[in-house]
Amino acid sequence: MRVARGSITGLLGPSGCGKTTLIRCIVGTQLIASGTVRVLGLPAGSSPLRHRIGYLPQDPTIYNDLRIVDNVRYFAALYGFDSDAAYSAIDRVGLSDHSTAYCGNLSGGQRTRVSLACALVCRPELLVLDEPTVGLDPVLRADLWEQFTDLARGGTTLLVSSHVMDEADHCGDLLLMRDGLLVAQTTPNQLREDTGCTSLEDAFLSIITRNTTRQAG
Amino acid sequence: MILVVPVMVITLMYFMFGNAPHPPGAPTPFHNACLILLGLFPLFLMFIITSITMQRERASGTLERILTTPLRRLDLLIAYGTAFSIAAATQAVLACGVSFWLLGFDTAGSPVWVFVIAIVNAVLGVGLGLLCSAFARTEFQAVQFIPLVMVPQLLLAGIIVPRALMPTWLEWISNMLPASYALEALQQVGAHTDLTGVAVRDIAVVLGFALAALCLAAATLHRETP
Repeated sequence: MRVARGSITGLLGPSGCGKTTLIRCIVGTQLIASGTVRVLGLPAGSSPLRHRIGYLPQDPTIYNDLRIVDNVRYFAALYGFDSDAAYSAIDRVGLSDHSTAYCGNLSGGQRTRVSLACALVCRPELLVLDEPTVGLDPVLRADLWEQFTDLARGGTTLLVSSHVMDEADHCGDLLLMRDGLLVAQTTPNQLREDTGCTSLEDAFLSIITRNTTRQAG
Repeated sequence: MILVVPVMVITLMYFMFGNAPHPPGAPTPFHNACLILLGLFPLFLMFIITSITMQRERASGTLERILTTPLRRLDLLIAYGTAFSIAAATQAVLACGVSFWLLGFDTAGSPVWVFVIAIVNAVLGVGLGLLCSAFARTEFQAVQFIPLVMVPQLLLAGIIVPRALMPTWLEWISNMLPASYALEALQQVGAHTDLTGVAVRDIAVVLGFALAALCLAAATLHRETP
């Protein structure tokens, strides 16, 4: 598989199919069992890449005993950015009003957004987001997807994993995974055309059934 | 807590030993106890704090996330070491200050050396804590390393029974544990006006153990995990 620069690629599949493992390979925290992963032309995990990739882990990995602004400032400092960058990242995720709140007192969705701000703060070329919209309300989800689109228009490459098929419509490219294997690389419209389904949920199901029968036959 | 607890314990000892009899001419029981506490408290406390903090960092995923940033592993360890050493230094200054000025504690050697040994012990505590955190899966397990790693070291260091009176095989084990050298250095400073060769050697040995623990801890920080 290849992911084009300046696009949003959706990584979709049922839970436990290997999305997070693939993402951890790309950001260089997974021991790669077989195959090669190259990111922005370099082998995955090599040190020049660490300046250029922003990573949002699936669970909000922030320090609950620090304030929002301290969390984001800390990650900004790790990438060599100042606190202005931190404040603008907090603003992007809509938490400016709460910036001095302690993260332990925040709701689950708010914590996800703090974690996202920590990934956005380094203004990366490649942004790898592991299930960024889980547990968020529809308004915020729409808002985030709008931002992702903005970022992609600005030249950032985004790889977004999700198990909610409805979100696939926001993506330019789709990667469908199942049981650790890539089932299809396609686009939302192509997927609809190929399967004759109107909803992407049904389309994905039909691809999977088709695959399973082919394997069985 | 880090700052006040040692001072509180030392003050408690002061009153505890207030009426304790002692042979004339020999150092008071408080004198002995205070010397040991000043030197070994940083080791104990820094071990606990570091092992639990680092274990949390590993378990919560923040360590993995930090390792995807440009930060180098050595930077991380040095940062941890520095932050906790500053805390330990403040703690040692306060504890030494209260003991020497308010509680009438005195050593034959310079108080500066007591302070230096306390700091070296704190660095050792940080090193051992970072190392042990790699083997603990939960905070609960990290806490259990205290009786496993710290208590035998302190017992065999010669606090209760002098090392010379122990069976040979125990003395041999005690020779391999850093706390034994830390305590010996403290006792040397307590008894001699000048810094003895034994004390210098002991401080060097403890420092060596601390650096070895930090290097081993660095080896446990894998960027890539299964």
